[in-house]
Order: sequence, then structure tokens, then C-alpha cells
Amino acid sequence: MYALETKSLTLSYGNDPIIDNLSLQIPQGKITVFVGSNGCGKSTLLRSIARLLKPQKGAVLLDGKEITKLRTKEVARNMAVLPQGPIAPEGLTVMQLVKQGRYPYHNLLQHWSKEDEQMVRKALKDTNLEQLVDRPVDSLSGGQRQRAWVAMTLAQGTDILLLDEPTTYLDMAHQIDILDLLFELNEKEQRTIVMVLHDLNLASRYAHHMVAIHNKTIYDQGKPEDIITSEMVRNVFQMECDISVDMLFGTPICIPHGRGRVIKSGRKAMSLI
Amino acid sequence: MNKYLSLRNRSGTVSFLLEKKAIATFLVLVCVFIILFLGGLSVGSTMLHPIEVIKHLFGLGSGEYTFIIETLRLPRMIVASLVGAALGVSGLILQGMIRNPLGSPDIIGITGGASFAAVLFINYFSNTFSIKWLPLAAIAGAGVMSLLIYFLAWKRGVTPVRLVLIGIGMAAAASAMTTMMLVLGDNYATSQAYLWLTGSVYGANWQHVYALLPWVLIFIPLALLFSKTANAQELGDSVASGLGVSVQRHRFGLLLISVALAGAAVAFAGAIGFVGLIAPHIARKLVGRSFGSLLPVTALIGGMIVFLADVVARTAFLPLDLPAGIFVSGIGAPFFIYLLYRNRHQ
Repeated sequence: MYALETKSLTLSYGNDPIIDNLSLQIPQGKITVFVGSNGCGKSTLLRSIARLLKPQKGAVLLDGKEITKLRTKEVARNMAVLPQGPIAPEGLTVMQLVKQGRYPYHNLLQHWSKEDEQMVRKALKDTNLEQLVDRPVDSLSGGQRQRAWVAMTLAQGTDILLLDEPTTYLDMAHQIDILDLLFELNEKEQRTIVMVLHDLNLASRYAHHMVAIHNKTIYDQGKPEDIITSEMVRNVFQMECDISVDMLFGTPICIPHGRGRVIKSGRKAMSLI
Repeated sequence: MNKYLSLRNRSGTVSFLLEKKAIATFLVLVCVFIILFLGGLSVGSTMLHPIEVIKHLFGLGSGEYTFIIETLRLPRMIVASLVGAALGVSGLILQGMIRNPLGSPDIIGITGGASFAAVLFINYFSNTFSIKWLPLAAIAGAGVMSLLIYFLAWKRGVTPVRLVLIGIGMAAAASAMTTMMLVLGDNYATSQAYLWLTGSVYGANWQHVYALLPWVLIFIPLALLFSKTANAQELGDSVASGLGVSVQRHRFGLLLISVALAGAAVAFAGAIGFVGLIAPHIARKLVGRSFGSLLPVTALIGGMIVFLADVVARTAFLPLDLPAGIFVSGIGAPFFIYLLYRNRHQ
């Protein structure tokens, strides 16, 4: 297991810092979700943890070592990254995509070891893509396509998995499909998963640990049921809401205030419960 | 999985995964290449029977065609093939690197730099230096131009979009300066320069073969070593970095290979266009997307396009011997338009 943490991290594009002096420990073997309003820097933070963005100040530590000083292939054997909205080249097949997850294990002469083969097979099986191996990725549905990308990161065989909004552009059924897959991976193999999610309600359902980002730093972190309050939503998302409880899972759900249709009989029924 | 052939030695130190379809396609293309090549050797102002050509190549001929085959046609066709292969692979690398199907050495300024240097040489230095130095001038032009583009595109690393935009800008600037020299130059130099700009392998001899061969034999296999990272780069910078690719270092390496190949090709055959664009596309239609499979197939197709264009150029209007570049563009231009047309309707 590898520990992942940030130490007084400052990130910026240009001169304005987006994240300022942020220190965070990612719990091992748990699902951690970053939430926050648009442009709050949660994706930037994830990109920096994934070493895709160099910090202005501070550092990201993988097992106590500064990540930018480690060999990038070495890092790739411990930590896989799925950026937001990846695009596969036209005509690339699922197999051709997934086997690239083995890149960090290859050298000049070793391109397809037995272990490579096993890991790719397992990744395809875990993501339920075995029937689609020879299909071009761009011909798949959105959900299948995202599963193929997840399969590529799984083939990397890492303890840590970072995903930037893995459910963007997916309909609700496919969002659940991807998140269930990740939840299972965490449950069965205790992989550390860190992701950015837009949907606060889904985040609170799947996250063991939630980190709310606001004002260039951490607003609050902890179990969703401990940190999601109407005050937290007001401060982080600038939105008024009521917090209720998911009928099936018991996790907190946020019901935004605002305008919309009101069905009187529906409200009455709710008040009777 | 049955579309792949995996090769491993017992200790597991060497292992490869090959696509069966790519191997089959490659072998078929090699046969087609050989047949067409023999055909090309047979035709010309003196028509030879292909059997005579084969006999001669195996040393069984009477020797009466030695001059036609060995001095006139063979080196010219080899040069044409090498030029086409080099340009094709150069384009393949660029298209993958900039993640854009319209990438090719003539679009992002490499050919433009070579052309500028070549015309400069023809206009101002051909009296002082032997014409033998023209290839060197062209290759230097390609190199300087690409370095310039690379450094201008640098902003905490080079992104493909900046590379293309600056490349196009520089190509336009180079082309303007080339035109100015053509206009200002004297008639003889201008006609020489025009011939060079069209692209021709007329008068190619064994010296040219020996000069060009090392470039192709070194840089095409070198490109093959980069195939894993080339594939990864096509997934985008973020994904590639996540996989452990040193994106900027490998991008520089790939660009260097691409420039060396295009520069060498252009140096010996002039500014032959479109091969770099269309050869990779045809190859992709045949074997799909994997760089390792595409590379040898693209090289064969590129080679075939240029030597066929040259065969047509020297036989279609006998006794005229036209520059091959005309016919490469003649095939290339409509294909290019078709490509744009297809992209529009996707």
C-alpha cells in the first residue's frame, strides 16, 4: 500500500494561485471524493496529485517521496490516472487501448509478458468488456467507452487510482454503472480511489472520505454524513438547500432550494411520512 | 485475442504482441511492391520484358541491359522508394504526434524550410559551390526550420496545437520568401528551382542511393522503437503522462526522427508533397491504428506511391521525362479533398 499526501501545496496557472498552501492526507484503501463548485480547483488539485501539473510550492508525496522526483514510469506502476473526458483516436480498438495500460512495465524488448496478458484479461473481465475487445472505442456507447478507459487504468495494476470526473457526459444509469464498478474494485481489492465528482448526492453515496474544496483550500473533510450540512453547501456551492437522507442508502442527500413546479399532493404525502 | 500473435522467449526477457492482420497485410504488400517494382524496371523508352529484368537481376542476363537497368532505372527507383518511405513515416509520426489527420511534413513547415534553403542555394550559391551540396542545404533548411518552430512553440513544454499553428505560420513565411527569390532570380535559376520545388528523382544515381539509405535505415527502425510511446501520445498528453511517458522528451525524439526523414527525402527528391499525408491514411485503412503495425505498412505504401508516380512521370508522355512530384500531387490532391469531405460528414 502506498501513502499519498500533499504538503502545503500551492498550484497556479499563471500568477493567481488556484490552490493555496493545501495539506491533505489521502486515506489508504478508501474512496476519497473531491467536491466543490465549478472552478474551485478540485480538478487542478487532482491533476497535481497525479503529477500532471507541477506545484508552484509544496509537494505531493507518494510513500513519503516527492512525486516529481520519482521516475515517472515508477510512479505509473503505483498510481493510475484517468483525466477528464479522454478521447481515443478514431478506430483504436478496446484491446489496443487497454493493453496500453501496461506501458510502465515495458522496456525495449519486453512488450507482452505473461503478466501483461493476465492483467489485461483481468481488466477486461472486471469491466465486463470481454465481448467488445475488437470493437473500435469510438463506436461504443458512452458508458462502454468510459469502462474501456477505466479498464486501461486497471491494467496498469496500481494500488492507487485517480479519476477526474469519470461520470461526465454519462446518463444516470451509466454513472451508477461506473461508480459501482469503482466501488467494487475498492471493496474487493482495497484499492485507494481518489476522484472528482460533480454530483454531491452520488459523491455522498460512494465516498468513504469527502473533501470539500473552497477558497483555494480545504473547507472541510470527513465522512459525507459528518460534513454535509446546509451551511456547508451554502458556503461551498453558494446555494441554499435542505439536507435529507437517502431512502435506500441512508447517506445524506442535498435538496436544492430555488424555483420549480410544486405538487401539493406530493408535499402533503411527504409530510405524512 | 485470436487476432494477435504473441512471441515470447523462454526466460520472458523478450516478448512481443503482433497483430496477425498487420503481418498478413505487410507480406502481401511486400509481394505487390516487388511485382510493381519489376514492372517499373521494365517500362521506359526502351521496353524490356519483365523476365529479362528478373534474369538480369539474378545475374543470368546477357548483360545487354546493364546500362538501362543498373545505371538508369534501378537507382532512380530505389531513390524514389526510399524517398516515399521516409516521407510516409515522417507524416505518420507527425499525424500521431499532433493528433490531427492532416499533419504532414509539408504542412507544418519542414518542407517549407528545405525549399527555402534549396532555392536560396540555387539562386545565390550554385556558382560558388557544386550542385552536389544542394541536398545538404535542403536538409539544413529543414533542420533549422524545425528547431525554430519547436522553440517558438515552447511554453512550458510543447503542445501539439501550438506546434501546428506555428508550423503553418512558418511554412507560409518560408513560402513567401521562396516565391520572392523565384521572382527576383534569373531565368535559369528559377527554372531549376521550379523543378526542385515540384520534386523529381530525375538523374538519381547510386551515389544518391548510398547517401539516402543510411537515413532511412537508421531512422525508420528508430521510429519503431518509439512505437509504444507514439501510441500512448495519441491518447493525449494527460493520459500519456499518467501511463508514465516522458511526454516532452519523447515528443522531441519523435519530432527529430520525423524531421530527419523528411529532410533527407526532400534533399534528394525536392519538395514532393502529399506522400506524407496520404501514405499513413491508406495504411490506417489497411491495418488500423497501432503505430507498430502502421509504420512498416506506411513505409511500403509511401515508397510505392513515389516510385509509381515516377514511373508514370517518365513513361506517360514519352519522350518527355516529367518530375514525379506532378503525379504525386495529381493523386494526392483529390485524395486530400476526399479526406476533408469525409471529415465534414462525420
